[in-house]
Amino acid sequence: MTTPLLDIKNLHVRLEDDPAVEILHGVDLRIMPGEVHSIMGPNGSGKSTLAQVLAGKEDYEITEGTIAFQGEDITELGPDERANAGLFLAFQYPVEIPGVSAMQFLKAAVNAKRVAEGKDELDAAQLLKHFREKATQINVPYEMLKRNVNEGFSGGEKKRFEIFQMAVLGSVLGILDETDSGLDIDALRIVSEGVNSMRSADHGFLLITHYNRLLEYIVPDHVHILVKGKIVKSGGKEVAHELEQTGYAPFGVHEPVGA
Amino acid sequence: MTTTAEVAAITEERREYKYGWTTDIEQEFAPPGLNEDTVRFISAKKGEPAWMTDWRLKALKHFEKMDEPDWVFLPYVYPPPDLQGISYYAAPKKAPESLDEVDPALLETYEKLGISLSETKALLGITDAAPAQAVAEEQSGEGSDAPSGSRQVAVDAVFDSVSVATTFQKELADAGVIFCSISEAIRNHPELVKKYLGSVVPYADNYYACLNSAVFSDGSFVYVPKNTRCPMELSTYFRINARNTGQFERTLIIADEGAEVSYLEGCTAPQRDENQLHAAVVELVAEKDAKIKYSTIQNWYPGDEDGKGGIYNFVTKRGICNGDRAHISWTQVETGSAITWKYPSVVMKGDDSKGEFYSVALTTLKQQADTGTKMIHIGKNTTSTIVSKGISAGRGHNTYRGLVEMRKTAKDAHNFTQCDSILIGDQCGAHTFPYVDVRNTTATAEHEASTTKIAEDQLFYCTARGISEEDAMSLLVNGFCKEVFSELPMEFAVEANKLLAVSLEGSVG
Repeated sequence: MTTPLLDIKNLHVRLEDDPAVEILHGVDLRIMPGEVHSIMGPNGSGKSTLAQVLAGKEDYEITEGTIAFQGEDITELGPDERANAGLFLAFQYPVEIPGVSAMQFLKAAVNAKRVAEGKDELDAAQLLKHFREKATQINVPYEMLKRNVNEGFSGGEKKRFEIFQMAVLGSVLGILDETDSGLDIDALRIVSEGVNSMRSADHGFLLITHYNRLLEYIVPDHVHILVKGKIVKSGGKEVAHELEQTGYAPFGVHEPVGA
Repeated sequence: MTTTAEVAAITEERREYKYGWTTDIEQEFAPPGLNEDTVRFISAKKGEPAWMTDWRLKALKHFEKMDEPDWVFLPYVYPPPDLQGISYYAAPKKAPESLDEVDPALLETYEKLGISLSETKALLGITDAAPAQAVAEEQSGEGSDAPSGSRQVAVDAVFDSVSVATTFQKELADAGVIFCSISEAIRNHPELVKKYLGSVVPYADNYYACLNSAVFSDGSFVYVPKNTRCPMELSTYFRINARNTGQFERTLIIADEGAEVSYLEGCTAPQRDENQLHAAVVELVAEKDAKIKYSTIQNWYPGDEDGKGGIYNFVTKRGICNGDRAHISWTQVETGSAITWKYPSVVMKGDDSKGEFYSVALTTLKQQADTGTKMIHIGKNTTSTIVSKGISAGRGHNTYRGLVEMRKTAKDAHNFTQCDSILIGDQCGAHTFPYVDVRNTTATAEHEASTTKIAEDQLFYCTARGISEEDAMSLLVNGFCKEVFSELPMEFAVEANKLLAVSLEGSVG
């Protein structure tokens, strides 16, 4: 039997600084290799919290439940260990790092992963070759690598750079946190093409989005609706279409869904 | 990684070594205390001419009337150095005789910094008097066979240095460049030393400079003749075996008209020096159209977590752009010492001359730094640039203090100052005291300053890409320092990167 890529069971999460505030109230989600899932939900439903908790952000406390990645419980692992195991979070708001070139940053990340895997570090020539290949695949201008990480990048460039990083690191699970927010149609198309070029029988994706616009470009196998910290509905891609018609009203939230 | 406590232990051990050694070669030590006899003893030991002895004595006389200045900003009170308790002339201290005698933790630190075994030996002073002499003879061109009586391990280390030293000595001599110790220069090039020594930092300049003028032990001397570009970067590294005398260093660098030189000071590695007080003086003289670039990486013993032990780094560094279009540039990376108190400065006398100061100062543990620069604009169209990056971690306190002075004559002079501080953790401090004094209405000064905390979201972004928290921290800090590191010669920049990473170990989480 195939091991799920990601297996979340009964996940309860609260704020570390304010334990009275529970954000996720028992989330279950299983992603098999090759599958693309989407989590949709209104503002404040806990979508982004779920993404950050999966990546290992420390501001949250898991009070109940487990997260298994490729059969291993990762609940206690740090963000770097999760990343090196093959989990990737594409940030909703990618962070600028002054003075650090994208090249330098990716070199550190790639070699950290290789060391974690017990492999030799890549030398400069090997890295450059690898970066060039992936830049072509994701349609990222190679010149971008000479700039400082996310510094002065446009919204579209930032999101493309996120997807590029995932390709460079060869992560098997990509969690895209509202990657579509703030993108115009052209940027959205380029980012989506990048993601689609990585879809394979081994890779899985979790698309976190408010709108179904992104899902027209990256078509999911499964769609889940998250409201107030619980998954209230799951189904195929038709769920996203229904949601477009009805909005979140059937779930007690009055907010539009359309783009 | 060497913990601070371990380093303290090593330092303690070595201190004991020193005492055990005194009886053997008693005659090589000046009796502790600061007085005329001490000064005469030092001068005699060095075989100095009378004019030099007189200069020292004049300095001593002036020093006796001076008080230690109290304006420095050091939140932690420090015990003042006991100037009467110091021995002002000491023979080389006993070094470990082989690597087996060295604390493995210290070796590990060196290894982390990528320092080769032979370099490590040289740095730890694993050598004895015989090979050191051999180096001296070799350098003075008399040649010498391998010192036979010495241990194999020492010979290896010295052989490396000898071969390097001699090849570069020849190349320098061909170019007409003089590069020797200040003691040799006093004996062999008195006309140059007489003309320039004290011309930038007069003996009465300040408390510690005055002390240095009276008792300076040794240091480097460089003279680059007219229209000559020094064929290589000069570094004290090659003279590391002859060190151990560095408590009161005196360095004098002269670039004659149209000459150019780049000088790297001190360590290409962490020098663990047990001297409590370092009061050095560095003077730079750039004549018309000359250029001097002076780079420092300082990583002396910082003391332990509670601020015990560690070096007092009280240094006066100043350069003068004597002629038109002269250019002096200071770059410093200061990560060591318990207290760093220095302001490498440039006096821009010539028209269109240029002064630059690029600095990274890191304080962690209970280190304190009050450092910055003075840019004195006298000539027309003079320009200065100041880029200062302060990093505070642990319980460290980092102060930038800078003076930009535009004299009446400084028509159309311009200064740009950028002063950034970063805080790691919540027990450290960053402070800024910029002084701007403009006496000419056509002169302009710009000042930009920022203080930030290492942002959690930046750290998370890095760790979410698989980079460990410590590596992420050093990546972020190196990014912060990039503008300064890019001023360093390539291999120094690499080293500065590593040094920051090692110094910041344990600062996270």
